[in-house]
Amino acid sequence: MFDTFRLAELPSSDEDLRPRIRELIARSIDAIPLDQRARSWQGFDRQFSRTLGKEGFLGLTLPRRYGGHDRGPFARFVVVEELLSAGAPVAAHWFADRQSAPLLLSYGTEAQKEFYVPRICRGEALFCIGMSEPGSGSDLASVRTRAEPNGSGWLLNGQKIWTTNAAHSDYMIALVRTSGTTAERQKGLSQLIVDLKAPGVTVRPIVDLTGDSHFCEVFFDNVQLAEDALVGSEGQGWDQVTAELAFERSGPERIYSSIILLDAWVRHLQAVGRIDKATEVGALTAELATLRAMSIACTARLVAGESPVVEASIVKDRGTGFEQHLPSVIGDDLGSHPDEPIAAELYRTLLYVTHIAPSFSLRGGTREVLRGIIARGMGLR
Amino acid sequence: MQMNELTEPFGRLLASLCTSAAVREVEGGGSFGAMWEELATSGFLDALVEESVGGAGLDLADVEPLFELIGFHAVPLPLSETIVARALLAKAGITAPDGPIVLVTSLDQPVPCAMVASYALVDTGEELILAEMAGLDPKSIGNHHGLSAIIAKVPVADVSLPRPSDGLRPLAATVRAALIAGAAARLTEMSTNYCNERVQFGKPIGRQQSVQHMLAVMAEDMIACRIAAEIGLSKGLDMPIAVAATAKATTSAAATRIAASAHAVHGAIGISEEYDLQLLTRRLHEWRLADGSEGYWAAQLGKQRLANSASSIDWVRDHIFS
Repeated sequence: MFDTFRLAELPSSDEDLRPRIRELIARSIDAIPLDQRARSWQGFDRQFSRTLGKEGFLGLTLPRRYGGHDRGPFARFVVVEELLSAGAPVAAHWFADRQSAPLLLSYGTEAQKEFYVPRICRGEALFCIGMSEPGSGSDLASVRTRAEPNGSGWLLNGQKIWTTNAAHSDYMIALVRTSGTTAERQKGLSQLIVDLKAPGVTVRPIVDLTGDSHFCEVFFDNVQLAEDALVGSEGQGWDQVTAELAFERSGPERIYSSIILLDAWVRHLQAVGRIDKATEVGALTAELATLRAMSIACTARLVAGESPVVEASIVKDRGTGFEQHLPSVIGDDLGSHPDEPIAAELYRTLLYVTHIAPSFSLRGGTREVLRGIIARGMGLR
Repeated sequence: MQMNELTEPFGRLLASLCTSAAVREVEGGGSFGAMWEELATSGFLDALVEESVGGAGLDLADVEPLFELIGFHAVPLPLSETIVARALLAKAGITAPDGPIVLVTSLDQPVPCAMVASYALVDTGEELILAEMAGLDPKSIGNHHGLSAIIAKVPVADVSLPRPSDGLRPLAATVRAALIAGAAARLTEMSTNYCNERVQFGKPIGRQQSVQHMLAVMAEDMIACRIAAEIGLSKGLDMPIAVAATAKATTSAAATRIAASAHAVHGAIGISEEYDLQLLTRRLHEWRLADGSEGYWAAQLGKQRLANSASSIDWVRDHIFS
């Protein structure tokens, strides 16, 4: 079962990127406090993304002719791993670099590729992903936002919600209904590029329990889109989204969301000179190493040109379980030493990760959806 | 299983030799001589021995899928252990004796398959000693159809070889990790098939979402075991503690969950003697305990980790991946 999902190695030619990206991070983000770093890929900094673009760290998987670097998924893994390990603010370019540009390359027209991809590689065109709606979360095929073809292209009406970073982004790639009815489910869905500055688009941030507002509601009121807003074929949106989700779910961001907290806890244990939790630290380290190898193994399937939907679901489900387990273990340890001083910054970071951790297994497909995908891949149903 | 030129014939050999009837017979005290003869003549015993001295010259990473197959087929003999022992002996310039060899990393706790071994390679803490099993007075644990035994007598050096710097335990534990990964693959397959066949409430139980999710987690554990075992066997015979610890801590922790899920979906038939599930799950628990369980190896790994100020990702890259 899943016979090709086996240990793979990062090529040394891609490992060579590590010192350069480290140097860039060291010079750009030293002043960020721990609990901000713990925002991981939720931290938004347009300037930092442009710096990454300028110095050649965006579009690593993309062809040179569109401003990319022709390096492939392993190179992206190395760079992303360093960014996450440092808690660098990568949200601005994240979705565009990870999935929108690969989507455009697979399904877009030549004109779309030339218009969007080079700007993505420079960190200048920021994308958000419009999937969930008020009545459509895990049941994504029930989306009701509709784009009707008219003489000038598409007339868009409806609403998206829980769209990460819509308030700061330039474009949304939205999954909408372009034909048929909601009863026809996956049939009749398409992906459209929406310029978020277009008349009729309203974006409202939603404040979350940590005080952040990366989630947004986005309303479309008779938004006129040009004909070339369509990505790929009309009615093929579901298949395109499924392929896109393999990119979204397979990366190291699905195992490293709590890594800043883990490192801070290890430093705390070292500072107070405790080894009573060596077994817990060791168990977490073994799991971290195994997950890293699983994520690299999944990346190897991308490199082989496959769309590892099931493998990515396996990594994400297990990875987010690890990310969520960490604050629980660390909280218990700190709380079980009531007479040991804790730096406020560490405590604040623990609380931030603890409070936001439920989102880890919601964003990008819930745990229950992923387990359904894995079960189908095993031949159940 | 990866089907290549090595694993395909080996898998066929094990499938024909180690049928569930044959496994039961050896566990029931029957002779294992014929089964061993076939394994010995297959040429796989010297898979890790250098070509210059008559072996196949493979490294541990190459034979990892073979060890998985040995776990997959519930081979009732210390076959992986013998392959490793013969490599260590050959490296020391010692001609290996005929017959199955177990790796002994504790004189206080049970050694799997010791009741069906002719020799033991014993880590005394100072050196490795090759001894005839008959002289070690192995005491069976006495559990039903168990092949484990505690070595009662401390061996006297007859044939001795240098001890690896961290002893034999990392190597033995990692071999167990690969066996666990193989048994996990078999159990995941058996459980999936059973859930597609077994009908309750008018439909296969595999259509129940709760069952699907349990099996999905089982598949995640199965893949984690496979990849952790591959990490463990990626560094050769002179095995760093960190990779062995990763392999055995991950697989031992998963072993109990996998066995529990396999039994949960099979219902009562799964714990009956005549059904094959128990051949795999009993081994899974035995291998989990042998050569250090998850707690032992996590503590080893944690001690090393806490002694170093690097970030977590840097630390695992330097100590486990490089």
